[in-house]
Amino acid sequence: MALIEIKNLKKHYASGEDTVEALRGVDIRIEAGEFITIMGQSGSGKSTLLSVLGGMNHPTEGDVEMAGVNLYRLPGEKLADFRAQRLGFVFQAFHLIQYLTALENVMLPLAIVKMKNAEKRSAASAALERVGLGAKLDRLPNQLSGGEQERVAIARAIVNNPEILLADEPTGNLDSRTSEEVMALLSELNRGGQTVVMVTHNPDNCRYADRSIVLRDGLIVEK
Amino acid sequence: MKLHNISLNNLKRRKAKMAFLTIGLTVGIATIVTLVTLTRSMSSDIERKMDEFGANILVTPQSNGLAMNYGGISLGGVTFDQKEILEADLARIKTITNHKNISTVSPKVLGGIRIGAHDVLLVGVNFASEIKLKQWWKVFGNLPETASEILLGSDASKILNLNPGEDLMIKGEKFKVAGVLDQTGSQDDTLVFAALPKAQKLLGKEGRITLAEVAALCSGCPIGDMVTQIAEKLPDAKVSAIQQVVEGRLKALDQFKRFSWAMAAVVVFIGSLIVFVTMMGSVNERTVEIGVFRAIGFRKSHIMRIILLEAAIVSLLAGCLGYAFGMGGAKLALPFMAESSGAHLVWDVTIAFGSVGLALTLGLMASIYPAMHASRMDPTEALRAL
Ligand SMILES: Nc1ncnc2c1ncn2[C@@H]1O[C@H](COP(=O)(O)OP(=O)(O)OP(=O)(O)O)[C@@H](O)[C@H]1O
Ligand SMILES: [Mg+2]
Repeated sequence: MALIEIKNLKKHYASGEDTVEALRGVDIRIEAGEFITIMGQSGSGKSTLLSVLGGMNHPTEGDVEMAGVNLYRLPGEKLADFRAQRLGFVFQAFHLIQYLTALENVMLPLAIVKMKNAEKRSAASAALERVGLGAKLDRLPNQLSGGEQERVAIARAIVNNPEILLADEPTGNLDSRTSEEVMALLSELNRGGQTVVMVTHNPDNCRYADRSIVLRDGLIVEK
Repeated sequence: MKLHNISLNNLKRRKAKMAFLTIGLTVGIATIVTLVTLTRSMSSDIERKMDEFGANILVTPQSNGLAMNYGGISLGGVTFDQKEILEADLARIKTITNHKNISTVSPKVLGGIRIGAHDVLLVGVNFASEIKLKQWWKVFGNLPETASEILLGSDASKILNLNPGEDLMIKGEKFKVAGVLDQTGSQDDTLVFAALPKAQKLLGKEGRITLAEVAALCSGCPIGDMVTQIAEKLPDAKVSAIQQVVEGRLKALDQFKRFSWAMAAVVVFIGSLIVFVTMMGSVNERTVEIGVFRAIGFRKSHIMRIILLEAAIVSLLAGCLGYAFGMGGAKLALPFMAESSGAHLVWDVTIAFGSVGLALTLGLMASIYPAMHASRMDPTEALRAL
C-alpha cells in the first residue's frame, strides 16, 4: 500500500462572489521513501495541494489517506496530533519565530511532547548538526543568512523524525549556490529514509527527485 | 522547551506592550485596593471612636409638646406643658443590671434666661461629671467651683462681652465668670453653664431636671439592653441611645462605600477592556506565529494555553503591584479622609489575596475570547502568500 494516496481531490475557495477551483480532481500515489517534486505555474494549485497533504486544509471533495489513516476523517485535535507526530513542514518564507534562538525554534515541535528538557535539547542540536548549523545554536533568526534560516526551518521539520517531509518552495528565496546546498540536504534526508514532497519553480531541482508532478489549473498534466 | 517558555519569551519580546497592559491592570487593582482599604480603615476608626466616647444614652422627658433640639438631638419639647424628671429618680439608673457599664450620669436642667440685653440658654450641670463626658472641652480660666461661678460657651462669651474673672448679674444675683470654653463647634458654644442646684433655683425648677446624659463604659457593651433597663426604672422618661455623632459619619462612610463600589465597577470594566484590546491586538499580530504553531501540530488547546498563560503572568504581576501601590495610596490618602489623626491603616491578607485573585480572574476572563480567536486561526490562511 502506498504511503500517501489521494483520489479525485478537489479544493474550491470562496473568493467574494465566485469560487476559485484551486484543485479540480487530483489523483496521486506516493510510496514510502520517494522524493517527489511538484511543479507548475503560479496559481496552479501547488501550495494548496501541499497544505491539503499536510492536513491543514480541508478538501472540498476527496480523501487523503496517509499511512493508512484517512486524514480528514480524524476527529478534532487528532489531526493536529498527526501533524505533530508524522509530518514535517518547511515553508518558503521560513516562518521562524523571531524571538526564539535557532535551537529554540527547532525545539518548538517538542514543546508539546513529553520528554526531558535535556533530551529535547540534544534532539534539537542533533537536527541542527545534520543541517550543518551545529555552531550557531544560539543565534536569533535575524542573525542568520537566508540559507541558514532555511536550514533551521528544515531542522525544525525533521526534529521529531517525521515519516513525511513537506516543503513549499524551500529554495524560492535563495541564490543558486545556497539552493544547491539545501537540495543536497533534502536529498540526503531522503536517502536516510524520509519521504519528501517538495514544491518548486526551478526545473533544476527536479534532478534530485524520483518523480516530478506538474500541475496546471488544478489538474495534473504530467507525472 | 515547554509551552510556558514560549509565553515567557513572547512576553520578554513585547516588553512595551506588556508593560502597558501591566500598568493598566495595576492601576485598576491599586484603585480598588485603595478604596477598599480606605473604607475599612475609616470604619475601624469610627468604631474605635464610638468606643472611646462610650455610647451615650440620653434620658429625656416624655413629651407631647414641640420638639426642641440640643446638639442635634431631639429633646422632649421644652414647652409649657413640659414634664420634667425628678432629680431624685436618677439615682435609680445606678441600680440597673448593667450598672457596672455606666461610667457617668450627667443630669442637666435647661431654660431660657435674660442676661443684660440678651436671652440665653442656661444649662445647669454637675461640672465634675460633665467634664468626664466632654473630654474635648478646653477651658480658658477655670471650671466653676462655687455656686456663684459660671462657665460660658465661646460664642456666649463674645456676645455677652465677658471674659474669665469678670462679674455679671443674673436675676439680680452676682456671678463670676470662672472660665470660657474654647470653640467646640457644637451647641455648647452658645450656652451659659452654671452649677445644677443654682440653675434649678434660677429657673424655678428645684429638684427637677430636663435631661440626663449617661455615658456607658464599654467596647461593645449592650447599649440596647441598657436603654431598656433604664426605661424600666424611669417609666416617665424617654430613654434613647445617641448615635447621631457617629451615625452622621457612618452615613458619609456608607456613601463613600457606595461610591467606591461604583468606582471599582468602572475600573474593572476599563481594566477588562484594556486586557481584551491588548490581547486581541497581540493575537492578531501573531497570526503567522500561531499559524506555524498549528502547522507543526499544536492543538487548539495548546494555543489557548500559551495565550492564557501570558495573560496569567501579566495579571499576577499586576495583582501584586496593584496591591502594593494600592496600600501605598491608602496610606497617603487616609490622613485626609479619616477624622482622627490616629486612624490606622487596616492590613488584611484577604485584600492581598483578593487583589491578586481579582487581577487573575479579570486578566483571564478578558483573554478567553482572544485566546479562542487565536486557537481558531486557520494555519493555511495565516501562512498564505507570505
Ligand atoms: N485561501 C484562499 N482563498 C481564495 N483563493 C485562494 C486561497 N488560496 C489559494 N487561492 C487561489 O487558489 C489558486 C491556487 O493557489 P496556490 O497558492 O495553491 O497556487 P500556487 O501554485 O502555490 O502558486 P504560487 O506558485 O504563486 O505559490 C490561486 O488562484 C489562488 O489565488
Ligand atoms: Mg504557492
